[in-house]
Amino acid sequence: MKQSRTAEADQLVEFYRRMVLIRKFELSADQMYKRAKVGGYCHLNLGEEASVVGLMDALRPTDYLFTNYRDHGYALMRGMDTGKVMAELFGKSTGVSKGRGGSMHLFDTEKRMLGGYGIVGGQIPPATGAALALTYRGAPGPDAEAVMCQMGDGTTNIGAFHESLNLAAVWSLPIVYVVINNRLGMGTTVEMAAGEPELYKRGASYRIPGVRADGGDVLAVRQAATEALDQARTERRPALLELMSYRLRGHSVVDPARYRSAADVETAQKADPVPALRAQLIADGTLTEKQAAAIETKVDGEVAAAVAFADAGPDPTPDQLFDYAYATPVPNAPTALPGERMVVLP
Amino acid sequence: MSTMTIAKAINEGLRATLRNDPKSFLMGEDIGSLGGVYRVTEGLKAEFGAHRVMDTPLAESGIIGTAIGMALRGHRPICEIQFDGFVFPAFNQITTQLAKIHTRSDGQLSAPVVIRIPYGGGIGSIEHHSESPEALFAHTPGLRIITPSNANDAYWMIQQAVECKDPVIFFEPKRRYWLKGEVDTENAPGDPFKAHVVREGTDATLVVYGPLVPVALAAANAAAEDGHSVEVIDLRSISPIDFDALETSVNKTGRLVVAHEAPTFGGIGGEIASRISERCFYSLEAPAIRVGGFHMPYPVARVEEHYLPDIDRMLEALDRAFAY
Ligand SMILES: Cc1ncc(C[n+]2csc(CCOP(=O)(O)OP(=O)(O)O)c2C)c(N)n1
Ligand SMILES: [Mg+2]
Repeated sequence: MKQSRTAEADQLVEFYRRMVLIRKFELSADQMYKRAKVGGYCHLNLGEEASVVGLMDALRPTDYLFTNYRDHGYALMRGMDTGKVMAELFGKSTGVSKGRGGSMHLFDTEKRMLGGYGIVGGQIPPATGAALALTYRGAPGPDAEAVMCQMGDGTTNIGAFHESLNLAAVWSLPIVYVVINNRLGMGTTVEMAAGEPELYKRGASYRIPGVRADGGDVLAVRQAATEALDQARTERRPALLELMSYRLRGHSVVDPARYRSAADVETAQKADPVPALRAQLIADGTLTEKQAAAIETKVDGEVAAAVAFADAGPDPTPDQLFDYAYATPVPNAPTALPGERMVVLP
Repeated sequence: MSTMTIAKAINEGLRATLRNDPKSFLMGEDIGSLGGVYRVTEGLKAEFGAHRVMDTPLAESGIIGTAIGMALRGHRPICEIQFDGFVFPAFNQITTQLAKIHTRSDGQLSAPVVIRIPYGGGIGSIEHHSESPEALFAHTPGLRIITPSNANDAYWMIQQAVECKDPVIFFEPKRRYWLKGEVDTENAPGDPFKAHVVREGTDATLVVYGPLVPVALAAANAAAEDGHSVEVIDLRSISPIDFDALETSVNKTGRLVVAHEAPTFGGIGGEIASRISERCFYSLEAPAIRVGGFHMPYPVARVEEHYLPDIDRMLEALDRAFAY
């Protein structure tokens, strides 16, 4: 009995470490953006750490993951290297896609991370197709593979969501659609945008079971995700999981989120899952203040090393510009910049 | 006369339209309370109310589709698509419905929808935040496509787009949103579907539009130092194209360079080169030369300066034209 409580406690401590890693990675990405080390658009998981950690703990290495552009935490939890992910944000040739994908498009086929997707809803039909592919090999069962497709609340209003859920239902696909309901799509609230604001109920149109869980509770998230994934594995039935959470900051790093009321910001901050878990672990005696601080310091070191790695990496060079535009050689494809082609007079 | 940025000029143009035409209204994602990602619609909801400036859910196909329905019933919708790459969920509605309803109904119905799309690169972002998809729309008969390059045109062309009975795609050069210029709010600059000669010259014609107009002017200045007089034409309208203006210029100069950020392969430059070779064959001293993006997805920030046509690449193309 005591034994298992300890294992559980160890597990929670490990979850805390992971949440701190995401938190610190994102805060660092924010800083690096402001120092112009990271360009373009950059969306953070701040406030969603418990959801990310719980989901990714439920997902097995053999499962497949598709996410939206708010993908850093997922990539890290999938086991992608912290330094290489940071380098990808920096756009360096040492990044996970040699700087080709950037913050919104993190890929790692080995880790079965089949991408962050910058276009809203872009991930949903492909994820559904990856689940269809699973039905062509292997039988359903407790060891079968499944697909998880993460998205935001606002994304459930786009056509691709509805087409995909219907396909998954009629074809009976092993996929779990996860909606991170942070209550905002940019500046638009769920109530403003959704005819059925209880988003988990949207599965009902397709007879897909929907579940809502507290996205700030890492164990509740893991439990809900594990059950949904089990159903996908053993019954090949899709599920819709809605995780109630909060976005702590603006939509992206450059968004000051002035449209949010002070009360809303305060609610979000009060619900912040990282300090909440820390306080809980200390209160119930699982961690001492010193131990918690030690975890945080260690993570600080990991993130600092990631930044140093990213900073040191070389930029991609212009001659790599055309690599991978096609998978096969293409006649007349540019291999050099046009300016390098000298004029031959007729 | 007043000085404004392009973003502010569009904002003022929209304000004038909302005032002058009670049937006009705006719709888009976060355009109301937030004022849009680039704040182009800032203050309009407060001034005209939520029925004239509608925040929509995240649903591009739904936005354009319902705008078509409103237009069929006599309204003048002005839709915002947040970034170039986000228009594709609506591509179906635009190409299969919007562009064709007038033909299909034998002219009984028209769909004067305006779709505002910030386009082009140079903002340090990837792919779908930096693309130039104008050729995809130009290839669809039934759509008109215009793009301002300066504040005065921005102010007027958005209003003229709304007045037009055809659907108009209004491409906004997003990296020039903060470019300031004089706006004459009294006198409209004439037909928005006509090209403007923005610098006169005698030795070569350099045709550009939207974000590349300032680059072309700088290239023409640099060429002048080498003794070449380059005429720069701001196309303004991508569909239809003002071929008469181009023909007049090329018959005078004998050389043509066309530049755009979009990939040259299958692009607007190819259409212009082909038409002008037909119409000006006996005046041409050199083949028409295109400068543009490469046939690849828009690259990441660290290498985008190599992708975007710059002064050097325009000068190199002009040199090649002069070398014949
Ligand atoms: C097709 C498309 N339209 C618009 C956008 C711009 N955009 C990016 S994220 C976003 C809001 C999405 O909100 P939500 O689904 O709730 O996800 P969250 O950002 O809250 O994680 C919008 C409008 C886009 N990327 N793609
Ligand atoms: Mg959201």
